[in-house]
Amino acid sequence: MDALLLQILNGLDKGSAYALIALGLTLIFGTLGVVNFAHGALFMIGAFCSVTLNKILNLSSTTIDETQKDFLGNPLKVKTPYVESWFGEVAGQSIIEWSVPLAIIFAIPIMLAIGVIMERGLIKHFYKRPHADQILVTFGLAIVLQEVVKAFFGANPIQTPAPDALSGVLDLGGAIGLQLSYPVWRITYFFFSVIVIGGVFAFLQFTTFGMVVRAGMQDRETVGLLGINIDRRFTIMFGVAAAVAGLAGVMYTPINPPNYHWGMDFLVLSFVVVVVGGMGSLPGAVLAGFLLGILESFASTTWATTTIPGINQIIIYLVAIIILLVRPRGLMGREGVMEE
Amino acid sequence: MTLKNTTRRGVLKGGALAGAGLALPQILTAGSHSGYTNAPQGANVTLGFNVPQSGPYADEGADELRAYELAVEHLNGGGDGGMMNTFKVSGGSSMLKGNGILGKKVAYVTGDTQTKSDAARASAKSMIEKDGAIMITGGSSSGVAIAVQGLCQEAGVIFMAGLTHSNDTTGKDKKANGFRHFFNGYMSGAALAPVLEKMYGADRTAYHLTADYTWGWTQQESIQAATEAKGWKTANNVLTPLATTDFSSYVAPVLNSGADILVLNHYGGNMINSLTSAVQFGLRDKQVNGKNFEIVVPLYSRLMARGAGENVKGIFGSTNWHWSLQDEGSKAFVKSFGTKYGFPPSQAAHTVYCQTMLYANACETAGTFNPCGVVEAMEGLEFDGLGNGPTTYRAADHQCFKDVLVVKGKENPTSEFDVLEVVEVTPRAQVEYAPDHPMFAGGSLGACNPGA
Repeated sequence: MDALLLQILNGLDKGSAYALIALGLTLIFGTLGVVNFAHGALFMIGAFCSVTLNKILNLSSTTIDETQKDFLGNPLKVKTPYVESWFGEVAGQSIIEWSVPLAIIFAIPIMLAIGVIMERGLIKHFYKRPHADQILVTFGLAIVLQEVVKAFFGANPIQTPAPDALSGVLDLGGAIGLQLSYPVWRITYFFFSVIVIGGVFAFLQFTTFGMVVRAGMQDRETVGLLGINIDRRFTIMFGVAAAVAGLAGVMYTPINPPNYHWGMDFLVLSFVVVVVGGMGSLPGAVLAGFLLGILESFASTTWATTTIPGINQIIIYLVAIIILLVRPRGLMGREGVMEE
Repeated sequence: MTLKNTTRRGVLKGGALAGAGLALPQILTAGSHSGYTNAPQGANVTLGFNVPQSGPYADEGADELRAYELAVEHLNGGGDGGMMNTFKVSGGSSMLKGNGILGKKVAYVTGDTQTKSDAARASAKSMIEKDGAIMITGGSSSGVAIAVQGLCQEAGVIFMAGLTHSNDTTGKDKKANGFRHFFNGYMSGAALAPVLEKMYGADRTAYHLTADYTWGWTQQESIQAATEAKGWKTANNVLTPLATTDFSSYVAPVLNSGADILVLNHYGGNMINSLTSAVQFGLRDKQVNGKNFEIVVPLYSRLMARGAGENVKGIFGSTNWHWSLQDEGSKAFVKSFGTKYGFPPSQAAHTVYCQTMLYANACETAGTFNPCGVVEAMEGLEFDGLGNGPTTYRAADHQCFKDVLVVKGKENPTSEFDVLEVVEVTPRAQVEYAPDHPMFAGGSLGACNPGA
């Protein structure tokens, strides 16, 4: 029972990341009709926003300590972060420690700007081109972005820890007699993703802007004929989708130290999530994200891998095949999307 | 008897005969190997450095490349000479003089293995066929090393392995043209097990998470055998795909498995991610069977320890070399590398520098670049001054035997490089094994192949 609940929790936090990435991906597809293979790279760039802010907060002044030696036997250069000099040691260390949550504020404008520049600067030129062209150009862009990140940050994963207050494990089962404890940050991530997903849905459902976007997703031409500049709104939605992927990346950094290859690692899975959920369906992407996260988690248990060796590597694709055979438009797919 | 019959002509004849006699072994060995692949023409000799310049081990590849460039500089007489000044072979100094190799200036080409066997073979093939590389060296993965070693054997060039820790590289997949300076999984187990028993006791139950490829398999087998010999039990061994990034679903079952030790047979990014997950799930704060739960990382590197940050503190592992060693060779190498690049070298950088020096010395000893001459010069070579103490290149399997370092994550690092501390220098005798040891059985060196 403990193990079962543990894997469900594990699936939920994995599913949170899949759902957030897939949400942005399907949002772009639903609005602009573009298959964006650079979306995983946006998740990766979000993560590196967190790394960058951590590095900025760690910018230091250097003093020479004659009493200590470096590895070459020269006097040791001691670094003191500027934030510690400005705000005092305790406050400065707290700011650095909370760099990941602070990176949310840092990443939102950056990711919005990257999204808008990407859409206006490159992707808009491919709207009338075949999907294959869109895939090629966005895939190429993803490779360029990951190589740029590698050139600046190296190839190894970079530790970006959570604040102490949100580290450690939470005893969830003590009260009901179960041995069930779970990392605090992973629980935080799950609730964070629920808030972001809820925020996106609320934005689309309860604002005039959102209503126009939804109308544009249904019938772009008619909305345009009403004199509404739907292209500008869709560009903004591209930025929003980039920001959602970026925030997913920011908050994921304490779970897994980010590296330049993250985008590619999550891209294929996210596409499977979108296809299983139904192309262009926002609730479908969220549902499929959590569903596949939980399935993947169960498939990695010792029992599953002993019973069917390798099941952990194929489960998502296996389930995708079954769902697409039974429901060709995915779990919540709409008629007419990619069926022209 | 007087010297009245001694003539000038007689002395010359005698001298010529004696000289020919002394030179005979060399003539019969190195000189007899005439045609060989990529025999250097002109004033240069080209070496091929095949390292991961992209992919998960790219940082280690970059450090290897720095060390290769430094070695080439030293061989050609540049810089401060580094470990060339401390390198000694049995009977005296090495044959290296800083004038290239056999009087030819050392040039090099580089290839990108991408940490993929097929890409590594393709780049090695290109360096051999298009660039005329006489020797291939490098790599940060056993899968790659074994694949490229096989290619070099077929092509008739020498392969000086870089960072490869699988028993198979000099076990069932050993080749006459291939040589490994780096230690292996068996040696890690032999060095670590006594320290682990001393620190954590004999009544322990281990749970292994193992990277699902040749290196992971052989290291796990070695560590399990060595720790079980000390009384430990093994609760489970779970193979994890190399591409795994989130290890949480593998770590979660450890919590209720009854194990009180987690052994992470992971390297590079895999290790950083699995250790992060293990620490996140509170394993290091857990008590099982009345004992503190412990984590062991059998193969450590400074680069990945730095990547794992705070999580490595107090965790035991083994390493081939560490920059804090105080022997003359290590000090010379750290000074040379640190002055040029501004930070200390990694174990990957150290092993590839040594391999380049050892190859150059073997060519000088053999008097030829012919792979068969080089193999003869390298087999059984006893040397010192390269940072690991007295070392032997065993003829039976082309594996180097030397001391092994047991290290642990430093509790109070003084700098970003100061992440590991050497706990014990395990003497070479403790990590030696017979060439036909079951973990290394199944292959054969075969004969050296000089190629064309």
